[in-house]
Amino acid sequence: MRLITHNMLSCNIKGVTNGFPLRIEAGNVIEKEVDFNPDFIRHMFAKLEWKALVEGARSMGYAELPEDSPDAAVLESDESFLKKLHHALLELHLEEGALVCPETGRKFPVNKGIPNMLLHEDEV
Amino acid sequence: MANRPELLAPPEIFYDETEARKYTSSSRIVDIQAKLSERALELLALPEDGVPRFLLDIGCGSGLSGETISENGHHWLGLDISASMLNVAVEREVEGDLLLGDMGQGLGLRPGVIDGAISISAVQWLCNADKSSHEPRLRLKAFFGSLYRCLSRGARAVFQVYPENIKQRELILRQALQAGFGGGLVVDYPHSTKKRKEFLVLTCGSVQTSIQTGKNEHDEGCSEDDSSEDEESGMVSMSDRNRPKKRQKPNKEGKSREWMLRKKEQSRRKGNDVPADSKYTGRKRKSRF
Repeated sequence: MRLITHNMLSCNIKGVTNGFPLRIEAGNVIEKEVDFNPDFIRHMFAKLEWKALVEGARSMGYAELPEDSPDAAVLESDESFLKKLHHALLELHLEEGALVCPETGRKFPVNKGIPNMLLHEDEV
Repeated sequence: MANRPELLAPPEIFYDETEARKYTSSSRIVDIQAKLSERALELLALPEDGVPRFLLDIGCGSGLSGETISENGHHWLGLDISASMLNVAVEREVEGDLLLGDMGQGLGLRPGVIDGAISISAVQWLCNADKSSHEPRLRLKAFFGSLYRCLSRGARAVFQVYPENIKQRELILRQALQAGFGGGLVVDYPHSTKKRKEFLVLTCGSVQTSIQTGKNEHDEGCSEDDSSEDEESGMVSMSDRNRPKKRQKPNKEGKSREWMLRKKEQSRRKGNDVPADSKYTGRKRKSRF
């Protein structure tokens, strides 16, 4: 699972109002290179929850992203920033670990890079 | 297939390790899935600006449809309920992220983050109650509701479905409409039992776009004997619930002789036994009758 997905996932348990973002417990993180496309990164930027991304990246061992969400000018001109964002979003893979709901503490295990988001009968 | 898989077992049990491998190694299935995925992507009508989008593949299975998405230059997130199918996807090193999850429990994605969703041969599984605690209607509601929320404005969801019967198709359509979707059904090759494919094309938000017409026999230039002049590509559009229904004004003039003669002729054409027309047909009776 990459951070691009983590940034969109929220805990789906019935009654939970504050299920985003899921806390990452990183067991094994690997890096896989992906072609850099600045247009895609710019396109995704508008949808991201920046704080969640920075925290998530830190949990996966990447602390190069700025704390504050950059403004449009940086997005247009600063390619090194875009490359960092690209690296954080698409090239870091959580292979083993868990995602933890911030409200209930329920753990969603991650195996072989696949988070198990199946809810139990009483959570639906 | 002689038997519909969804009648045999729930998807996470039907698609076990053996079945998952069989599915993915059958070149026929691979080919069909690729074609269906290409068509679904086409129907998504993503802007042709060269910018890759982030798509959702619902019921992604072993990643066959996901590969088509990658080949078209987009990034994707896949969801499936069968761990065995997802394991095959991992082995095949698909480029999308994979989630083990049940679409009937809701997608759990933040609002407005997905640029488009496709689903190949998966949504019909929602119509079966695989556990005693399942109520298909509620599952469909959770699915469509969460899907509507996570799609960005103007985004589409395209589902290729194999509905078991009309009732099932209507159930799916109704739930989609109730969730706020607009859209229509696109049917390719409606008159061919073998080639017929149905795509449910759902639209989000108030963007007025035209739904493409389905393909028919004339597209490929193949000569089938039953192709007639007026063969229309099948397109059924669904109206918005809030649009006022056209009310039939009751005919206050009563049923005239002309009307009666016309109806009798119609009935005759159908082959019914109809008394002959005479000067007495439609004559006003005495008030005694």
